[in-house]
Amino acid sequence: MKKLLISTTALAMVATNAGAAEMLAALGAPEGQVNIVAWPGYIERGETDAAFDWVTKFEEASGCKVNVKTANTSDEMVALMNEGGFDLVTASGDASLRLVAGGRVQPVNVDLIPSWSSVDDRLKDAPWHTVDGVHYGTPYMWGPNVLMYNTDVFKEAPTSWNVVFEEMMLPDGQSNKGRVQAYDGPIHVADAAQYLMFHKPELGITSPYELNEDQYKAALDLLRGQRELVSRYWHDAFIQMDDFKNEGVVASGSWPFQVNLLKSEGLPISSVIPEEGATGWADTTMMHVDAANPTCSYLWMEHSLASNLQSDLSVWFGAVPSVPAACTDGRGMQNQEGCDANGLADFDKIRFWTTPVSNCAQGAGACVPYYRWVSDYIGVIGGR
Amino acid sequence: MESAHPARGQADRLTGVFWRRPKLLTALLIAPPLLWLGVVYVGSLAALLLQSFYSIDEFSGVVVREFTLKTYAELLIPSNYDVILRTVAMAAAVTVASVVLAFPVAFFAARYARGRWKAVFYLGIMLPLWSSYLVKVYAWKLILAKEGIITWAAEGIGAGSILNAVLAIPVIGGNSLSTSYIGTFLVFVYVWLPYMILPMQAALERVPTSMLEASADLGAGGLRTLRSVILPLALPGIVAGSIFTFSLTLGDYIIPQIVGSSRFFIGQAVYSLQGTAGNIPLAAAFAVVPIVIMLVYLTIARKMGAFDAL
Repeated sequence: MKKLLISTTALAMVATNAGAAEMLAALGAPEGQVNIVAWPGYIERGETDAAFDWVTKFEEASGCKVNVKTANTSDEMVALMNEGGFDLVTASGDASLRLVAGGRVQPVNVDLIPSWSSVDDRLKDAPWHTVDGVHYGTPYMWGPNVLMYNTDVFKEAPTSWNVVFEEMMLPDGQSNKGRVQAYDGPIHVADAAQYLMFHKPELGITSPYELNEDQYKAALDLLRGQRELVSRYWHDAFIQMDDFKNEGVVASGSWPFQVNLLKSEGLPISSVIPEEGATGWADTTMMHVDAANPTCSYLWMEHSLASNLQSDLSVWFGAVPSVPAACTDGRGMQNQEGCDANGLADFDKIRFWTTPVSNCAQGAGACVPYYRWVSDYIGVIGGR
Repeated sequence: MESAHPARGQADRLTGVFWRRPKLLTALLIAPPLLWLGVVYVGSLAALLLQSFYSIDEFSGVVVREFTLKTYAELLIPSNYDVILRTVAMAAAVTVASVVLAFPVAFFAARYARGRWKAVFYLGIMLPLWSSYLVKVYAWKLILAKEGIITWAAEGIGAGSILNAVLAIPVIGGNSLSTSYIGTFLVFVYVWLPYMILPMQAALERVPTSMLEASADLGAGGLRTLRSVILPLALPGIVAGSIFTFSLTLGDYIIPQIVGSSRFFIGQAVYSLQGTAGNIPLAAAFAVVPIVIMLVYLTIARKMGAFDAL
């Protein structure tokens, strides 16, 4: 196992202490509790809204009390898992491989999870949780980063991301300068790279998360041009919604979460995934290497794939279920239309977020690692 | 016949020990705060300092635990240097504006407000401090927005063109007040102003009335008295206040994130570098910058006699 990990190029640099544990062979008796690190709003027991509760029944049926510790960033999640004392974590693509590489999570025996077969086939072997054919968790939710726009300005949906990357006249006859936004996280470099992938094939970009020096430089140049158009970058979902209401912003990369909320307030807002495609996020339920409650952990993973939970969570969070049946079987609140609105139909256009590392498909040390994305993006926003 | 001395209990004996060795008691009492200061304060600071002398390996992104000045050199590359310059310039501007705004208020409160008015004054200054900092900043974002009340009012009284002219100023202007440096500056001044008024008022109250009378007797006018008597005597308060406004602005990372043009300040740079980037050395080096600036600042303040009154 250890050998396998080290041979994985992406992980080689941090794999020194990655002694992976054996996976569980059979379930025992439930231990009485399970401790989960999760994103806020991911595990609801009806306390925020009585209609959204997917914990109480699980506790009654399994005898496992669910203790949730919410974390606001991927870094917090990694830190909590390193600290220990937790059984499960809902890790995003930028945390999952770090957890695997750091030896903090254990392989999951999918034979012990009957609902595994119901998981979207396109997610079963996703590279952000499966390393060399070994599964390190069960897919939970995913979603795209869509282009949100104001329908008063765009009578027809924009077909390209160029409205946020290049200076141009918008359909209402005014320039887009000062009226578009971009995400203030360095991962936005990937959005620029994806735009170039489509419009400048001569750069030879194959993945927006694996950029060599030239490709990276081209992406940064595009972003420097974007700086001229953007008055403020968005960071907080609620601030972005406020900017669409009060700052005259008419187009920006965004999440279905904001789109759905603004629409529900009756504002002229819609979203689209343009021709270049979009980036996206996908979360995985992963199990701690020293999980004290393995049986309850497996029971929760099984439960987390139940189509009615996935369906309700998809409505609650504005995300797409990892179990396609959740959209259609009517066991929860979600339906096909809602799933499509959250991005299900666009799966093939989405490139899911993975942390950029220097050892990539282009060769060892060929790609620009994430820490440089961070410092350079600070420069770009600062006008350098 | 009973003994003159009752039998001595444990507590009595302990008291006796302390009485004979007073230094022991002092040492015991001072140990916990000293430990707190030494381990939690100075210790974490030392750890920070140590981290900043490490560097990140260009190739793998892993922190190399060898002493080097490479990370500090990185602070001088233009994009990082910009961040430092921007933060210091903002902190200085906020401090100067706070002094100018706070002085009349503090002077009035110290010299003229009496009885109930004094209470009203204190309440007025302290009240904003009691509400959540975040709520205030979000409120300001709405006030300063393109479609917010200031723009609306400016257009209402026909001053829309003036506002646009102000926003058209290069560098500090922007698309709207809430996306420009002017907006960030206004919010900083609003949020930190009480920290300037309070020490300034305390200092002004300590200026003896007899000195002002003496100054008048010697024929000095109001301005001369202000310049030669009041200001020098109130300087410790002004410097104390400026330490607050200056250092608080240097370290803040929330206001520039909510109001402004998204250009980074030191606090934001530290926050994002230590996160997913894992570039702890550079984050630490950035964090050392405000410390060094404050040390220089305090040295100058000491030279100016700001701490003589302590």
